[in-house]
Amino acid sequence: MKSFGRLRVRRFYTWRGNPLSSNRKLRTHEYESLAIRVDGLPRTTVIRTGQHILIEGDDDDNPFAAKVVRLFGDESGQQKKAVVQWYVRVSEVPPSKLKLLGRDPHPREIFFYQGGNCDDEVNAESIIRPVQVKHLDADASFPPSDDGDDDETLYVKLAWDSKVFRILDSALVASPPRHPNPSLPPSPPRSPPAATPASRTSSRCTLPTPDPTVLRRAALGEVRRSRAAASAGKNPAAMEALHSETKLSASKCLSAKRRHGTERTPGVRKKLQLCSPEKTVMVREDALTQLLDEELEKERTLAKRVPSSPARSPTLTHRLTPLRRTNKSLAAQDAVSLKPFVITCRKVPLSEVESPTPTRDNSSRAATTPCTKEPKPVREPALGDLTCDPSLLVLQNGVCVLRAEEEAKNSSPPRSSKRKSALKVSYRIRKQLNLMDGQQDLNSDEDDEDEFVPSKELQSSSEEEEAEVVVKKSRVSSAGSRTPRSSTRTPRKTPRKNAPGTPRTPRNATPSIPSRSLPARRPANVLEEARTRLHVSSVPESLPCREQEFQDIYSFVESKITDGTGGCMYISGVPGTGKTATVHEVMRCLQHAADTDEIPPFHFIEINGMKMTDPHQAYVQILQKLTGQKATADHAAALLEKRFSNPAPRKETTVLLVDELDLLWTRKQNVMYNLFNWPTCRHARLVVLTIANTMDLPERVMINRVASRLGLTRMSFQPYTFRQLQQIITSRLNKVKAFEEDALQLVSRKVKPAPSPVPQLLPCVGSLSSLLRQVAALSGDARRCLDICRRATEICELSAAGLVGMSHVMEALDEMFSSAYITAIKCASTQEQLFLRAVIAEFRRLGLEEATFQQVFVQHQALCRVEGLQPVGVSEGLAMCQRLGGCRLLLLESSRLGVLQRVRLNVSQDDVLYALKAD
Amino acid sequence: MSKRKLKNAHLPIGECVSQVLSPVSPCPCRHLEELLKRTAVHGESNSVLIVGPRGAGKTTLLRCVLRELSKETEVQKNLLQVHLNGLLQTDDRVALKEITRQLHLENVVGDKVFGSFAENLAFLLEALKKGDRSSSRPVLFVLDEFDLFAHHKNQTLLYNLFDVSQAAQTPIAVVGISCRLDVLELLEKRVKSRFSHRQIHLLSSLTFPQYLDRVRAQLRLPDDFPDGSFAEEWNASVKSLCEDGSVDEVLRRHFHSSTDFRSMHALLMLCLSRVSVAKPAIRPADLLDASRLCSADTKVNMLRGLSVLELCLIIAMKHLNDVYRGEPFNLQMVHNEFKKFLQRKSNSMYNFEHPVVMKAFEHLQQLELIRPVDGSSAKTQREYQLMRLMLDHSQIMEALQKYPQCPTDIKQWAASAFA
Repeated sequence: MKSFGRLRVRRFYTWRGNPLSSNRKLRTHEYESLAIRVDGLPRTTVIRTGQHILIEGDDDDNPFAAKVVRLFGDESGQQKKAVVQWYVRVSEVPPSKLKLLGRDPHPREIFFYQGGNCDDEVNAESIIRPVQVKHLDADASFPPSDDGDDDETLYVKLAWDSKVFRILDSALVASPPRHPNPSLPPSPPRSPPAATPASRTSSRCTLPTPDPTVLRRAALGEVRRSRAAASAGKNPAAMEALHSETKLSASKCLSAKRRHGTERTPGVRKKLQLCSPEKTVMVREDALTQLLDEELEKERTLAKRVPSSPARSPTLTHRLTPLRRTNKSLAAQDAVSLKPFVITCRKVPLSEVESPTPTRDNSSRAATTPCTKEPKPVREPALGDLTCDPSLLVLQNGVCVLRAEEEAKNSSPPRSSKRKSALKVSYRIRKQLNLMDGQQDLNSDEDDEDEFVPSKELQSSSEEEEAEVVVKKSRVSSAGSRTPRSSTRTPRKTPRKNAPGTPRTPRNATPSIPSRSLPARRPANVLEEARTRLHVSSVPESLPCREQEFQDIYSFVESKITDGTGGCMYISGVPGTGKTATVHEVMRCLQHAADTDEIPPFHFIEINGMKMTDPHQAYVQILQKLTGQKATADHAAALLEKRFSNPAPRKETTVLLVDELDLLWTRKQNVMYNLFNWPTCRHARLVVLTIANTMDLPERVMINRVASRLGLTRMSFQPYTFRQLQQIITSRLNKVKAFEEDALQLVSRKVKPAPSPVPQLLPCVGSLSSLLRQVAALSGDARRCLDICRRATEICELSAAGLVGMSHVMEALDEMFSSAYITAIKCASTQEQLFLRAVIAEFRRLGLEEATFQQVFVQHQALCRVEGLQPVGVSEGLAMCQRLGGCRLLLLESSRLGVLQRVRLNVSQDDVLYALKAD
Repeated sequence: MSKRKLKNAHLPIGECVSQVLSPVSPCPCRHLEELLKRTAVHGESNSVLIVGPRGAGKTTLLRCVLRELSKETEVQKNLLQVHLNGLLQTDDRVALKEITRQLHLENVVGDKVFGSFAENLAFLLEALKKGDRSSSRPVLFVLDEFDLFAHHKNQTLLYNLFDVSQAAQTPIAVVGISCRLDVLELLEKRVKSRFSHRQIHLLSSLTFPQYLDRVRAQLRLPDDFPDGSFAEEWNASVKSLCEDGSVDEVLRRHFHSSTDFRSMHALLMLCLSRVSVAKPAIRPADLLDASRLCSADTKVNMLRGLSVLELCLIIAMKHLNDVYRGEPFNLQMVHNEFKKFLQRKSNSMYNFEHPVVMKAFEHLQQLELIRPVDGSSAKTQREYQLMRLMLDHSQIMEALQKYPQCPTDIKQWAASAFA
């Protein structure tokens, strides 16, 4: 079977058997199985509905995994289609979401895909081969992957609906046996139960082989029954599932039953099971026991293996139970109980499924399942004393659950410890089995262990269900019983949470700055609060003055996402006009919309030309953010090309933000070309938003074929006007007011009596307007504006004034905008000042703005004599010149030129003269 | 004794700067301290530039502030520091490695200590992005010679540092130290927009009395000096030294030429090095000597070591410069000029062969007293390669004055081409 996958050979697909049904309207025939024959190989592979398959995808190494739901073809037999249930590989989950997993994914882990938005109909000829998918419980560890025999097995633990990971019901994953027994009826509902690992089912299902000793004991055991009764109320949901035949297919029922079987591990399972009258069971049981006795030796190992198929969360549809009322006396029953279970198994087919033959078959099979579980209780005597005899009596008398409930309550505290021991035991068993049976057993045991540690989500959901059931039950049992039960559940959860997860390898640890040893101080007064608000990094709840741009970008991206198409947009604007902030805001809103299912889900990834060392690194970063893969630039480009240009059955729209686009310019412009070319591919579903500073970048730097692909969807962010800047500041400060009213009053009372906190910050705003005008005139840069305001609050704090006034703002403004040249000249030494004067004198003499040091030096000597200073030497003069050049008051040539180096002023002559005159 | 004294006299230099600085510019000190404190305590990201001429005490200011801050446990425990120097981290690749090293992040990378440049950048950015204002330790980035970082390709490092400082990521404070007043103009517009535009200018205008105080403070021995009587004596001698007229003149001259701390330090160091057990005080003469040493012209000193022939060639060049107004010359022209001088003299004691003259000329070129004109290719024969004189006339005349046993006729020739 393995040979299929690796070979790139021609495959022939043919239907097996006659169509099961045909749809006249669509002119399709539904088939049960599909045969794949590979050129040159004698074997044919049969794909059946319910089986797991691999489907050709963009990545040859990681083909898509799916489960066949339906196989159908058109009348002519030309087209073969399959409806599948998708699984998502780790690599297909966006890396950002992968964090939600909270652990490192297993390389062969897949997720049950529950998200919409992808076509579940595939061409049957894209099917490569069947694959084995095993369901593991959420907290089970993965089996070691080095086992050569089981190379192709994939593991599924969780479901992924493109937003969160959920615990997966094993029933959904269940697949039919890999080599189904031909004697089994072919119709899907009756086909072998869709219980978990297919490999196991084959032997287990067809040959009813329970542990006879156990069966016998069960048949005899009054104690057993009592046990069963005592731990009643454990699994109402599952029980109900069993009785909800009206809605369920037989296979589902069976799988549910099998679940019960697994839950038999005494004291571990908490689900409540309900059973039908037990007398019949006894009879049945005896017969079975004899039947199966001979198989004992052979099947013992198998039996140990069975405790798989966890499936802890029966779906809600399973709930409902008309039968239960009749059986209410049995409502309380523990997982330990064997016979009641068997009975339900029998009951189901009898009551629901019409044909007797399969019933028989099923029942026997079902009977085997629980039986095989028995080794465990045997091995662990501690579990045996779960319940006590009085409850048995109660049960037998047909009286109700109350006692049993109490029992459950009483027995619950030690149970957690029991579970630990159970874990230990199961671990030991597993070890042994590993030695004996290799990989398959290992897997099954993994499953087994999984039962102890479902993830929190599942628990909560199952708990809810149980709670509901309890409510129903309360009609039967006493209302008081509910409370203890919920309380007993709490301690049980704790050890589960602590179940060992896969330890993080240090290699994959994400780098981070160590966290602080002392907590950061919160802003203590109004000025500090204002400063926090005014910091550029603080994300405002809304972006004032960019509503129009926001709307435009939003509708652009939204339309692309809903249409499932691609497109480009170019956004330009000078720095600090809120381009990136607006796009981020749009993405936040869209993400929110996607979360609430208003629009299909999408990926948002972001690259920044400034944050990479080379334009070609863009590929690497995109690929990494998209799939988490690491690759060289060339390889990444190839992979991305493949990804975006090939049709893939399921794909979410990707929104790519390219910041600082101009830095992605290369001589051939291939990076830009690719970025703008991908969205035009039919299957890409890529939306590219590009940001740069210059409005005419496409025309200026891009060659035609690039500019053409970028298209004409352009947007330009105008620099903020001073009114807009004012609005931005006020909106940020207003929040302070809204937020800090009490503190404000406190501060104001301290500083000076103020009528209300609002006017306290208003003067600040008022005094800002002049500043804003200036900033707006200079750049329209909001960052600059915020920085000035922040500085003003600092100055205000230093001067111990209560409110930010005009003077503070002006001081901040001066500090940031005044050039230091004049001060620097004023602070220079006398000789340096003289030298500057000599420079100007020489310039005037020459009529040029440039002179050699030698020329200036002559002037300098003369000036020294005029000023009555001792003339300096050439070396000293050069040193002075270098000092002035170091401050960039002068611009100098290389100092190697010595006296020949040319000198220029870096300041205007007027400035120099002004500075020197004021002296 | 003297050694210990010397050491002691110079230990408090750093203190002196801060002492001297703080009364002059209390504002920058306070500003910087507040700023860094806010980063350390509140987790507020900041960026600031300290600008001032060389020797103004920029680094000392920062060091003082950090020392002050480290006294507070809240700051000391939290603040991570990264010190970079533009002269050492000449490109972003080196700088990133250094940052990773100083943040002790290299152990996280695993066995592959430093990957490619791109990986490094992504790694560091990821690390910084992970943090947030309230939980991660603030990082102080000190970029010495900040202007040199602006010459890195695309200013990637600066962009990213400033971007982090303006984003809700790990709180960082970027302190740039530069002596260039126009450092902001070096920044690319996007980088500039992300910079907070805080600049601390360290420009102190000293008056001469303040300068004198500084000198005194520098030379004074501290009160806790072990040898109390000596310290008293020494301090008294320093006091009297500063009141001396000639000393005052020397210091004033020094003050006029440069007010920065380093040049003063160099001067005083020269004086102090003359102090010995036999001569336990600085005399005014020492200071005069030191001052002369400090202001000595290096080129003149070099000229004093030349041969007479080389000196003659220099004089010939000077005359050529006078005649042709600084136009470049070649060996032939210089040799001709020299020959003219020899013709006027009957005795031909300086009559050298052409190769000897050429050798002397090459020696001058090696000493960089003359240098070839830019662009004159190596193709031209050496005799005809155009040269320029790298000396000022005053230097030549001074050198002749000082030249030991300089022939009189050469002196006369130097004074006048037609002598």
